Amino acid sequence: MIDNNNLLSITDLSCVRGDRCLFEKLDFSLKSGQLLYLRGQNGSGKSTLLRTLTGLLIAETGTIQWNGQSIQKARNDYHQELLFLGHLNGLKGDLTAVENLRIDAAIQGQQLNEEEAWQTLTDIGLRGHEDLPTKYLSQGQKRRVALARLWISQTALWILDEPFSALDVAAVEQLQQIIRTHLDRGGMVILTTHQEVELTSGESKVVTLGESHA
Amino acid sequence: MLNTLAWIIKRDLTIALRRRTDIFTTLVFFLIVVSLFPLGIGPEADTLRLIAPGVVWVGALLASMLALEQLFSADHRDGTLEQMLLTPQPLSILVIGKVIAHWLITGLPLVIMAPLLGLQYDMSGEALQVMIISLLLGTPTLSLLGAIGAALTLGLRSGGVLVALLVLPLYIPVLIFGAGAVEATASGLGGEAHLSMLGAVLLAALVTAPIATSAALRVSAE
Repeated sequence: MIDNNNLLSITDLSCVRGDRCLFEKLDFSLKSGQLLYLRGQNGSGKSTLLRTLTGLLIAETGTIQWNGQSIQKARNDYHQELLFLGHLNGLKGDLTAVENLRIDAAIQGQQLNEEEAWQTLTDIGLRGHEDLPTKYLSQGQKRRVALARLWISQTALWILDEPFSALDVAAVEQLQQIIRTHLDRGGMVILTTHQEVELTSGESKVVTLGESHA
Repeated sequence: MLNTLAWIIKRDLTIALRRRTDIFTTLVFFLIVVSLFPLGIGPEADTLRLIAPGVVWVGALLASMLALEQLFSADHRDGTLEQMLLTPQPLSILVIGKVIAHWLITGLPLVIMAPLLGLQYDMSGEALQVMIISLLLGTPTLSLLGAIGAALTLGLRSGGVLVALLVLPLYIPVLIFGAGAVEATASGLGGEAHLSMLGAVLLAALVTAPIATSAALRVSAE
């Protein structure tokens, strides 16, 4: 299902916000089965870099290529292979967890029937709150619903911004497990996290932002 | 692709039905604006018949504009818009879905209520019929054009006022032909030509507005 020869390459990437340069001349690449940690202090531009990598932000200079094609040019092909989870959970408070998950799948161009959605949410431990409007859920539960996308995902590249925030110990363990599984089947993961987490599978790389300013 | 379109429409309709107050705000606004004119001008039947098409159309225009702010701002706040921008499908499809749902929630009720309001103005049966047709053709155009303005002003502090400034000039052709169709019918000339123009404007908006809205959304989301 996932192609094992994917390559994301970043060359000479710079980003300027206002008159402040967040990062410049960034070069790295990521292959199938690799995990990339993005580190840096608060305000060093981690989230901005992640959003740039998804194509939501346009970089000041430099190129981001997916399998040799610029992501802005081959946007739909790239987004076919991309799953992004930002600071915001991207949930509709008036819809139930099941409805939210099924709509996410539809936007991604997948079909997900009600039982599958229900089963996925039960598996990640929503314990009977699957049919409650998500506005009544706790912060951690909302995060779990947002993360449920990973379990139904068929995309190769996961870009996760602080995926471990607001989760309890059990959920952190589950999330690490799914990330390991994803890497084993040839997926790629880019994530930022402030906490030190053991993710012992495949190769991992670290890119640190803001070192030159420190 | 059609599956996604259907899901987006279903999603927005479900949300609207779960928070019904938003729908009623628009409707009640329309009702009040249109009802204020007879109170202010007086019960002179001839005068009222004369101003009816214009008043109803301006009311519909303002009511539809009032609802625009809701179109993308909630999705922007909770991050669902971000997910939509990352869809592997053409963004225009999602935009069309949102606009259709928006029209069903805010446009269609205006069309249904307009004949009742027309009675306050002593309009003839024929003129009422043409008014319904003109609103049916015109209000989707208002939603389509308005979506561009809503997308452009997304995330701005004084977005509401800016939307009005951006969008109202674009509404002028719809107002002219919409109210014109009813007037022409009332004066015995027949409103077919105006209605054809309204249809043409709708088709043009249907083709171009979703593309413009998608581009605007990508800029605003940066």
